[in-house]
Amino acid sequence: MSGHFITTRFNAALGWARKFSLFHYPYVTACCGMEYMSAACAHFDIDRFGAGWTRFSPRQSDLIMVVGTIPQKLAPVLQTVYDQMTEPKWVIAFGACTLSGGIYDNYAVVQGIDQIIPVDIYIPGCPPRPEMVLDGLLKLQEKIQKSEPDWRWKKKKS
Amino acid sequence: MEEEKILEALRQACPDAVLSAEVSLGDAVAVVRREALPEVAAFLRGGTLRMGMLLDLTCVHHPGGAEAFEMVYHFLSLETNARIRVKAGLPADNPEIASLTGLWKNAAWLEREVYDMFGVRFAGHPDLRRLLLYDGFEGHPLRKDYPLRKRQPRIPLRKAEPK
Repeated sequence: MSGHFITTRFNAALGWARKFSLFHYPYVTACCGMEYMSAACAHFDIDRFGAGWTRFSPRQSDLIMVVGTIPQKLAPVLQTVYDQMTEPKWVIAFGACTLSGGIYDNYAVVQGIDQIIPVDIYIPGCPPRPEMVLDGLLKLQEKIQKSEPDWRWKKKKS
Repeated sequence: MEEEKILEALRQACPDAVLSAEVSLGDAVAVVRREALPEVAAFLRGGTLRMGMLLDLTCVHHPGGAEAFEMVYHFLSLETNARIRVKAGLPADNPEIASLTGLWKNAAWLEREVYDMFGVRFAGHPDLRRLLLYDGFEGHPLRKDYPLRKRQPRIPLRKAEPK
């Protein structure tokens, strides 16, 4: 009978399916976008990890990559975009500015986007190298695989 | 020299207004009294110099001095390709100067930016509101005495109106 069936746990199968189908929304505001572009294009090829599909609508994406400086006036926009994404959703903070404000320790810039939205993976660097982005992506996949997702999230409690 | 002729023309047209005029690194620079700015601007726009374009309008903060704020204007003549820089000092306790919106329309946003960043008021401006920063922001961040790490309340989320 070998080869005719496999056994697994539901959550493991769901985590496996989710971690290899990350549709990401690029929230690109600044110079980190250049590194994002090279990470997302053929040279580094994040399609290997199932995250190659870029969706420019928050409704269709699982992962928001916040790439670049978030000034105070953009904070409500970022929060709205995050709220518009459907569950399950994850957040990658890409670059020093999104992590902590970076060199912009001043009146205009949000000192870390985790003051606005919850962040799953922090990728430091100014800008981070594409290898670090891929490493962050793998760490996110690990996190998704290990998480215990509530797969009944659509069911209404009676 | 072209620049010296420009300054000489300005000095002759507005003798009471010009406090000093010199050529600095190849640029014509005139310092005028702040009360006389409308007179100087009207001459630059409509007089012989034909300065049709206001290139830039900004401010410098020198804390501690009698004239804490210095307004800096750059003009360009599209006909003669000549340029001039005009400066005017403002006191710290009452930083106010006449608006140039009547002569150059682009002064409106530039003056709003200077109001936003430095708190300089422009008499006669039609709509003197903050340009870059948001409602609820207190203070003027490009003043030297603005605290570097001062944090302001964040912009609240705007609820979508049902249609």
